[in-house]
Amino acid sequence: MQLIFFFCGFIAIAFVLVITVYLILSGLPAIREIGLADFLLGREWASTAKEPKFGILPLILTSIYGTAGAILIGVPIGFLMAVFLAKVAPRRVAGVIRPVVDLLAGIPSIVYGLVGLMVLVPFVRKTFNTAAGESLLASIVVLAVMILPSIISVSETALNAVPRAYEEASLALGATEIETYFRVSAPAAKSGIAAAVVLGVGRAIGEAMAIMMVAGNVANMPSLLSSVRFLTTGIAVELAYSSGLQRQALFSIGLVLFLFIMCINVILNVFLKRDKEG
Amino acid sequence: MADRNGNSQQTVQALSPSRKAYNGVMRALIYAASGIVVALLLFLLCYIFYRGVPSLSLEFLTAEESVVKDIQGIGPAVLNTLYVIIATLIVVLPLGVGAAIYLTEYAKNRRLVAAIEFATETLAGIPSIIYALVGVLVFAESLRLGKTLIAGALTLVIMTLPTIIRTTQESLKTVPQSYREGSLGLGSGKWHMIRTVVLPSSIDGIVTGCILAIGRIVGESAVLLYTVGMSMQMQDFFRNGLESFFSASGSTLSVALYVYAKVRADFDLAFSVAVVLIVITLVINLAAKFLGTKLKKT
Repeated sequence: MQLIFFFCGFIAIAFVLVITVYLILSGLPAIREIGLADFLLGREWASTAKEPKFGILPLILTSIYGTAGAILIGVPIGFLMAVFLAKVAPRRVAGVIRPVVDLLAGIPSIVYGLVGLMVLVPFVRKTFNTAAGESLLASIVVLAVMILPSIISVSETALNAVPRAYEEASLALGATEIETYFRVSAPAAKSGIAAAVVLGVGRAIGEAMAIMMVAGNVANMPSLLSSVRFLTTGIAVELAYSSGLQRQALFSIGLVLFLFIMCINVILNVFLKRDKEG
Repeated sequence: MADRNGNSQQTVQALSPSRKAYNGVMRALIYAASGIVVALLLFLLCYIFYRGVPSLSLEFLTAEESVVKDIQGIGPAVLNTLYVIIATLIVVLPLGVGAAIYLTEYAKNRRLVAAIEFATETLAGIPSIIYALVGVLVFAESLRLGKTLIAGALTLVIMTLPTIIRTTQESLKTVPQSYREGSLGLGSGKWHMIRTVVLPSSIDGIVTGCILAIGRIVGESAVLLYTVGMSMQMQDFFRNGLESFFSASGSTLSVALYVYAKVRADFDLAFSVAVVLIVITLVINLAAKFLGTKLKKT
């Protein structure tokens, strides 16, 4: 019996190994053929051209800019909302809002993409007078909304875990409630909040379907109003019809994305562990 | 003395202007941010329901689409979603629960436990587009399953495994040690003890894990788009037998949404599917919360 259960436990490790090995084995050939420097630093992606070019610098930069933008919008709003839910709001109000935020977290990503496509894209087109509203800006807003729930709930948990005595001491010394929240509670919860940010980064950089509907998917060098292609959408757009070197290049993009994600996971684990110990 | 008292009273009552401004601004920011989130959420829900509900009907939910009869329907997608959920759970449930049992009941080697937990966390952090790649590579191509429901279900097994392991593990940990000792003291073997005492008292957690896994499966689109395909036709397993499951392909609800929105530009129907998805999400959230509070009480 124990052997069977051991097998079940081991299978999680096996899955991770299989995924890693498969991604490396199928991602390396194309990198070797294209050349690592040309692949990572090439400024042009034209996989179906007569003389195909496989430079994923635009994709990498778009993913970084898009994630940074989403964090820049999502984290302050999410953090303030977490302060509201954890400290300011009356218990009953928080009790109503929290499940609604949970619902926001559960809505399938493709639904966000649909709403973004129907609301944001026309809005961007009209406001900035561009030919197509599908842009980095629209993707950033969609991503920011999508990472909000995880940022809110993780920071709220961290804020709630701050010992009550810290806050009472601060209040007794004459600080106002607001000062206490931002200058005592927030610093005390900082590794939990950092974990929330890293989790947000992970979710934003890995999202594919929602932004595929609003990004426009042309592999331009990123600028706020132009149509862009992320690492994830780079895979998603061409996976269905690609072949040969083009297909292998997609697996190479997958490998790059996987490496990004693994780095983020390691950082996240460090913060979570520190949070548990501290 | 009185003078001193008066002074201290003053410092308590009147904040310096800069502190006052700080307090005011921060409080305003908190309310503004919360207002934005709540407004956004209300807008999202209202907009989706406003666009989606009018074209929602029983026929749309159950019928198979037909160009000849001019019928639009997501009946096949509803069924495919169900099939994929069932097939995934059949495989992932024993694996996940087994892994959790190993971690909490059997494992003695601390390093191995840490390795398994790290692997679980890693699986949970991998984005779905990578799973889509892996599904295409491993199941559709290397194992020659092709674009089928079974290839999609197996990919989802890897994806939902961390959810099942984690929730089961949490609830196994809440089973009091005295239950185990009592059972072992009465002479039962370890497996008998787990089967008759530990598992039944942690059934809530396992069910919660299933519900969360179903939530992920229903919301998943990237994996299924590339491993199960976009066909909107009905799969008739009753007539063709169960083995046709291994060769059948077809869209689930979230893939159907993608097809309506991006391939056919039929946005009203896409919103109708979105309404269905949101209602399912709501039910799943409520069910998980209900079981969660029940779990805490026992």
